[in-house]
Amino acid sequence: MNKVIERTMIVPNMHLLTVEAPEIAHKIRPGQFVIVRVNEEGERIPLSVADWDLDTGSITIIFMEVGASTGALAELKAGDVIPTCVGPLGNATEIKKYGTVMCVAGCYGIGSIFPVARELWHAGNQIIMVFEARSSYLLYWADRYVSLGAKIFNITRDGSLGIKGHVPHLTDIIHSLPSLPDQIVVNGCTFLMAHTSKVTKNLGIPTVVNLNPIMIDGTGMCGVCRVTVSNKMKFACVDGPEFDGHEVDWVEFLARRKQYINEETSYFRHSEPKPIEHKEGKCHS
Amino acid sequence: MSEEKKSRIDTNRRDMPKQTPEMRRHNFNEVAFGYTEELAVAEASRCLQCKKPRCKTGCPVEIDIPDFISCIVKRDFRGGIRKLKEKNCLPAVCGRVCPQESQCESQCILKSKGAEVAIGRLERFLADWEAAQDEVDLPPKARPTGKRVAVVGSGPAGVTVAGDLVLLGHEVTIFEALHKAGGVLTYGIPEFRLPKAIVAREVEYVKQLGVRVITDYVVGKTRSIDELLDRYDAIFIGTGAGLPWFMNIPGENLNGVYSANEYLTRMNLMQGYQYPASRTPIKRHKKVAVVGGGNVAMDSARTALRMGAEEVRIIYRRSHAELPARAEEAENAEEEGVIFNMLTLPVRYIGDENGWLKEIECLKMELGEPDASGRRSPVEIPNSNFKMEMDAVVCAIGNSPNPLVPSTTPGLETTRRGTLVADPETGKTTRERVWAGGDIVTGAATVILAMGAGRKAARSIHEYLTTGKQ
Ligand SMILES: Cc1cc2nc3c(=O)[nH]c(=O)nc-3n(C[C@H](O)[C@H](O)[C@H](O)COP(=O)(O)OP(=O)(O)OC[C@H]3O[C@@H](n4cnc5c(N)ncnc54)[C@H](O)[C@@H]3O)c2cc1C
Ligand SMILES: Cc1cc2nc3c(=O)[nH]c(=O)nc-3n(C[C@H](O)[C@H](O)[C@H](O)COP(=O)(O)OP(=O)(O)OC[C@H]3O[C@@H](n4cnc5c(N)ncnc54)[C@H](O)[C@@H]3O)c2cc1C
Ligand code: SF4
Ligand code: SF4
Ligand code: FES
Repeated sequence: MNKVIERTMIVPNMHLLTVEAPEIAHKIRPGQFVIVRVNEEGERIPLSVADWDLDTGSITIIFMEVGASTGALAELKAGDVIPTCVGPLGNATEIKKYGTVMCVAGCYGIGSIFPVARELWHAGNQIIMVFEARSSYLLYWADRYVSLGAKIFNITRDGSLGIKGHVPHLTDIIHSLPSLPDQIVVNGCTFLMAHTSKVTKNLGIPTVVNLNPIMIDGTGMCGVCRVTVSNKMKFACVDGPEFDGHEVDWVEFLARRKQYINEETSYFRHSEPKPIEHKEGKCHS
Repeated sequence: MSEEKKSRIDTNRRDMPKQTPEMRRHNFNEVAFGYTEELAVAEASRCLQCKKPRCKTGCPVEIDIPDFISCIVKRDFRGGIRKLKEKNCLPAVCGRVCPQESQCESQCILKSKGAEVAIGRLERFLADWEAAQDEVDLPPKARPTGKRVAVVGSGPAGVTVAGDLVLLGHEVTIFEALHKAGGVLTYGIPEFRLPKAIVAREVEYVKQLGVRVITDYVVGKTRSIDELLDRYDAIFIGTGAGLPWFMNIPGENLNGVYSANEYLTRMNLMQGYQYPASRTPIKRHKKVAVVGGGNVAMDSARTALRMGAEEVRIIYRRSHAELPARAEEAENAEEEGVIFNMLTLPVRYIGDENGWLKEIECLKMELGEPDASGRRSPVEIPNSNFKMEMDAVVCAIGNSPNPLVPSTTPGLETTRRGTLVADPETGKTTRERVWAGGDIVTGAATVILAMGAGRKAARSIHEYLTTGKQ
């Protein structure tokens, strides 16, 4: 049982959720996630933790409303209670001094990469941020990154801020830098992670992605989160969720994420019509 | 056996009324209805009340079988349930899922007549009788000792330890990773074989005794064993054997290929069979193959039938005689229409252009020499490859212990199989103040063995808490 402290929509379809979870707040490290259930009938969904506060014993999540469970999460109000919030799960990001680290983020990843960037900055790295969105009004939290002294680049598909286009333009950004970044971290939708990995593989820059497969238990018990990395079967919840983006079998990963597409849209058919701007930013492709 | 005894031997082992196969393959209700009072008394009356009851030697927790049976004969059901609970705190569960045919009943003197007493069914009868009464007997509790014990995992091992220690006056907290307590009884064994209401009742019972149950708490993640040791005097680890094995063959990550754990968890824990009322999505597959021959495989196959599959096959690399599943469950599966493909080994899963399973390629096998397990080993027949069209495969070839706790606890020794090293008599591990038992120590085994291990560990923990000696 976890009490909701705050739930607000920060940009269209993107919500911030802060819940009381003192034990998790004291233990969590950047890159880890929690699993939540919104109500007793609800499925278990994994969500990265975007921030935490030891004083209030709370954790903050940024989530995008894409289906039944995130839809129900989006209806929570301060004071409500959710039955499950378990974690911290998965392994933490490896934090060390690399030199220059480029953090590439889109969608909910703009939130979830924040603790990673902050911790890398504390470790003495210079941080370069690249945000990707359909349009500038979908971007958020830039001020937080400014406080890390990060250099910020934006890519928007409509050109309303920064470079007009999509992830392939990352190459141009990287080439505009005085030297190649020593390390790249990517959080957000699968498309962004797969494409960034493709771009950086050619440039030979080590790239870590925070994978988001379908999960149930999050403890290594069910195997639904399995991914192929370096031709080996890995369970993302316990072996990851971070992996070497150059070694992930992206074709398989994308196919596995789409397993329940039909059932998920059938949820919308079975339930009351809801005014949801579905798949804003087309992230969950 | 005296002449008098022989003459009154009744060899008519009473059947338990069941749903017909046609009926039950379409619903998730329990298959067997259980004995009526009359049937129970009739079956109990067959017991010869042996002076040296062999049946008792076949029960891992040595229940006083003739004693509880004689209570049934006298219709003293309350007395019978008390007798049972002296040794077994989960009779409603064991009466249903114990492999009686290889334990208590296999040793019954009447076995030679092909009419062993139906001990499990009688056990179930008493437990169900008790549940139907308004009040449950709460046993007396010892005075509080002020000692605190943490139990990790809420399967049969953990629940037993917790129940025993709380009665001895210790303060007990169970930490469970999932959102519901009960372990495999909750997430693995399906409703039609072990109704979830029964498991919930057993968990409720230990709560009534005063055990605190904290769900959604992953030990090794939320807190480590070492952190718990700061707050508790002793720890019992009963985290089970929940890590699913795959076969390492091509195509295993195709959509439509499940581990049995995933398949059964979706159905049981997440109540997939009530979808869309429950929110965890499930697929309606038409042709389902289940690889393996144990209880887990039978449960998966029978679940697939109930989910509306038109064709469900068990693919097993040995023959019928070697099936590790309980005989009764394999029979139930066959009656319900599960097709058995024996001496068959999958070698490759073939997908369509969207990454969905469409065919399984298999090899035919034959039986060779007995292997380490004493069973005749399966040997591949070269060039016997053939394909089967399937849209789902459930891999039920086994589980090993989850490494989460061992890997986050320095000094806790494991074997090569990943099980924890623990003294079989006491459950003591290689760390001070830490005990373990159940599947995490033995590898995947049975409910009653997990309970038995819990009981022994409780005794040893109690000794430590009261004498300080480990
Ligand atoms: C480690 C990890 C961290 C994540 N962090 C975040 C986060 O910080 N913010 C955020 O918005 N999302 C995050 N996700 C994705 C999030 O879990 C899914 O968006 C969510 O489960 C969708 O549930 P739904 O019922 O609302 O939508 P659904 O109707 O279930 O699905 C909509 C889409 O989400 C995908 N999906 C469905 N179930 C899951 C699942 N259990 N896991 C992953 N994807 C799923 C489907 O393939 C589909 O494309 C994370 C996923 C993982 C594995
Ligand atoms: C499908 C299936 C059918 C079966 N059928 C039978 C049968 O008919 N008869 C029979 O006798 N046996 C059967 N078994 C085997 C039997 O269920 C197990 O041997 C028994 O449940 C083991 O008990 P346990 O207490 O050791 O562990 P489990 O029942 O596995 O419980 C372990 C618990 O610990 C929790 N846990 C794990 N890691 C952590 C952690 N880090 N922190 C907190 N909690 C954690 C798990 O979530 C789980 O709830 C079956 C098993 C399966 C899977
Ligand atoms: S607990 Fe199991 S083995 Fe023991 S008597 Fe009961 S059914 Fe038989
Ligand atoms: S061995 Fe059989 S007949 Fe004898 S006491 Fe046990 S159950 Fe009764
Ligand atoms: S989510 Fe079940 S094993 Fe990873």
